[in-house]
Amino acid sequence: MNSESRGQRFVALCMLGTLLFNYPVLALFNVHGTLLGVPVLYAYMFVAWGALIALMALIAESDS
Amino acid sequence: MLHETIIILTSFAYLGILFGIAYYADERADAGRSVIASPYIYSLSLAVYATAWTFYGSVGRAASDGVGFLPIYIGPTLMIALWWVVLRKILRISKQNRITSLADFIASRYGKSALLAGLVTVIAVIGILPYISLQLKAVSNSFTILTQYPDIVMPANVAALSIRQDNALWVALILAAFTIVFGTRHLDAAEHHQGMVAAIAFESLVKLLAFLAVGAFVTFGMYNGFGDVFARAAAVPKLREMLTPLDGVAGDYATWAWLTILSMMAIMFLPRQFQVAVIENLDEKHLNKAIWLFPVYMLAINVFVLPIAFGGLLRFPDGSVDADTFVLTLPMAEKQEFLALLVFIGGLSAATGMVIVETIALSTMVCNDLVMPVLLRLRRLRLNERRDLTGLLLGIRRGAILLILLLGYLYFKLAGEAYALVSIGLISFAAVAQFAPAILGGIFWKGGTRTGALCGLLAGFAVWLYTLLLPALARSGWLPTGMLEHGPFGIALLKPLELFGLAGLDQTSHAMIWSMIANVGAYVAVSLCVSPSAAEHRQASLFVDVFRQTGEAAGARFWRGTASVPDLYNLLARFLGTAAADSAFADYARGKGMRWPDSRLAADAELVHYVEVQLAGAIGAASARVMVGSVVKEEALTIDEVREILDEASQVVVYSHKLEQKSRELEAASAELRAANARLTELDRLKDDFVSTVTHELRTPLTSIRAFTEILLDAPEVEIAQRNKFLTIIAKEAERLTRLINQVLDLAKIESGKADWVETRVDIKEVIRDTLAAMDQLFKEKRIEVEARLPDRVSSVVVDLDRMIQVMLNLLSNAVKFCDTTNGRIQIVLAERNGSLRVDVSDNGRGIDSEDHEAVFSKFHQVGNTLTDKPHGSGLGLYISRQIVEHFGGKMWVESSRGSGARFSFTLPTEVRA
Repeated sequence: MNSESRGQRFVALCMLGTLLFNYPVLALFNVHGTLLGVPVLYAYMFVAWGALIALMALIAESDS
Repeated sequence: MLHETIIILTSFAYLGILFGIAYYADERADAGRSVIASPYIYSLSLAVYATAWTFYGSVGRAASDGVGFLPIYIGPTLMIALWWVVLRKILRISKQNRITSLADFIASRYGKSALLAGLVTVIAVIGILPYISLQLKAVSNSFTILTQYPDIVMPANVAALSIRQDNALWVALILAAFTIVFGTRHLDAAEHHQGMVAAIAFESLVKLLAFLAVGAFVTFGMYNGFGDVFARAAAVPKLREMLTPLDGVAGDYATWAWLTILSMMAIMFLPRQFQVAVIENLDEKHLNKAIWLFPVYMLAINVFVLPIAFGGLLRFPDGSVDADTFVLTLPMAEKQEFLALLVFIGGLSAATGMVIVETIALSTMVCNDLVMPVLLRLRRLRLNERRDLTGLLLGIRRGAILLILLLGYLYFKLAGEAYALVSIGLISFAAVAQFAPAILGGIFWKGGTRTGALCGLLAGFAVWLYTLLLPALARSGWLPTGMLEHGPFGIALLKPLELFGLAGLDQTSHAMIWSMIANVGAYVAVSLCVSPSAAEHRQASLFVDVFRQTGEAAGARFWRGTASVPDLYNLLARFLGTAAADSAFADYARGKGMRWPDSRLAADAELVHYVEVQLAGAIGAASARVMVGSVVKEEALTIDEVREILDEASQVVVYSHKLEQKSRELEAASAELRAANARLTELDRLKDDFVSTVTHELRTPLTSIRAFTEILLDAPEVEIAQRNKFLTIIAKEAERLTRLINQVLDLAKIESGKADWVETRVDIKEVIRDTLAAMDQLFKEKRIEVEARLPDRVSSVVVDLDRMIQVMLNLLSNAVKFCDTTNGRIQIVLAERNGSLRVDVSDNGRGIDSEDHEAVFSKFHQVGNTLTDKPHGSGLGLYISRQIVEHFGGKMWVESSRGSGARFSFTLPTEVRA
């Protein structure tokens, strides 16, 4: 993967992150209820955040 | 157990460990074996982002806003996703231009403007003061609270703080002393502080472990896991509302979005983040790991924030305990002395890490970009003539560190008490966000100009002062609060918190909107209106096209002027010391293939640029420019000239593509030429061979003719029989000579294409018959049996009759020559097949080795050993025959093996040339 296409993937990832952590997607999870005892919004935040980091690791560490 | 003395001793022991680590790392760095050259250390050092704000303040924010603390960490994660594009570029630019700080970077981009560097420094120092005060507040509060153990009393309620007990001041002074010893021990040309980075990485580990320890204790010790904490919180009506904290009003999402953007800027442009991420970066490749490791760190340090916040709210339901202190007060309330001490050390490490790096970064800026340019311009001080300025530089930096911490303390006293930790920090975030347009615009947009950047920064900073700092001071009682409520002079439109009537937003979002509009607007508008100077043009191109540049010399082509090598050397020695200057010049000379000192070293544009870059490492780009300017007579390039150079550069690229193509074509042509030349050489060699062979062949018969004639002349008494024999030999040799000359002439004609070919329709059968008839006598003499198998009718061929007879004669006489001497047999076969006639002439002689099958057709080839055997002919017959046959479109070859005779064959087409 060359430097340019890696850059494009990162930019796309940043856009995905912006989408995940803003209105309106955020509003979808801003509801009552719990997931394994943790309020849905909190659980969503950390799961989505972790997934985003995992994707970043995937792109950053892939061989160029 | 937690007596004041123990806490103080533990704190100093911890600082001692830090110093030990830094000292060790510095020693290793000096020995050339860096301990921090690792992506893991780099990632940990980036975690200097997590300060006392994170350690204590996140829980405080969570206790009032729920997930409201998270944008401060999610924003950076989003920004880090862009690091591959943005930070990599900044890193490359900084390494090529020896950038030493944030101010240096911005000033360099806009034509090495000293004014801009100064402005950025002022904004950074003022903007960061609240942030530093936050750290002082956190440390002094946590200390005060801890000393009250086992009681839990808020600092505001601790009676009678004497001067000795004014902890914040002591903390400020101790941290200043520590940072001075720590960060300004010596001057590094590249502004690398390896010891500091190692210590910061260690601190990042300590604060993470301390926070995880208290988080695990609260979540799993006081409660039964995450679910239990939230379930219990849900049972309390007041807390239940917080479990879905974004109540859906647009303002909440807007706040969230603005906080995200704000922290995206902060992670890049906080002076300390710029310091660790850019200035202290040793290898661009470390980015690959840091891009995900640092976000993992942020995720880890935030996992327990909500449980601690709800745990604290449940444990202290009456609100008597400040939520900012839950991290410390929860272990204290549970009588966990050791854990409480660990938390205090964790908080101390978070705060000291921030203060150390921030003040070092700021002091570098104050020294390089604010004080030095002014001092250097003051001719009265005669700084230009001082031999060694390293002491002065270090002195300025030490003073700056002390001053910044004292100012931080002052802010804490003035405005710190009225705000929670996070709110204080956000004021600083908003200040550094003002750098974003100038930097991001600067590295991606060549059109940004110095004036534009100045205007943008000034406008943004002014709005920040008005909408964030002013209210902070007003709320603390230092300015009339009426101004906040009714606006200055009662003008409601100018209310600092609802500027131009924009209401319904929180303070930070409100300030960000207006400051960014002012900043970006002024930056873009002014940049578009004011045309840049030559220097700005040059720097813009160097920054924006950094990935197209190669090496540091790229800046040199924009320079024109005169300088002397000793002047440049002395300049460098003055700021770096003679040892460093010597090694810098030696490096440069080595690159040129010379040794230092070398009188051939020219003070050309490249050397001047090199010295300027080296100098920039110590005193910043703007100061370096001034200093180099003092020893170099520079002719300013006009804007048109710079444009020309840039145009030339792009044209050069086009030309070089064309050149590459041309050179490929040339290579192909020269390969053809080489091949042609090789052929010619070969032909030349053949010609030489030919001439020498011909001469040799002519001399052999001539020698014998001459020898025998001389014998006859000298000895008239020779018998008649003998005489006749000699005469016969002479006649034969003369005949051979004639034949040879005829053949050579013939050959010359054929080869040069000047031979006369008389083409007629010929019956090849007749040719064979005629030839056989002509040679009949010879066959009889040699007693050779000849058999001719000729078909009744064959197609005629169009050939030169005489030439064909010559071919047949040649083949037959060869056959006669090499026939078995006692029982000779020759067979001639004529056949017609597939539009061509084929003639075979076979003998039963000794045959020809297969490796000689082609050689017999070459010029002057004699079958047999030429040294021992008497030559049988000129060696041209078969060559000429083949030439003739091929001229008429046929082929000639031989089939034979040693001992079983030879069969010479040729074919002639019947259809062609009709």
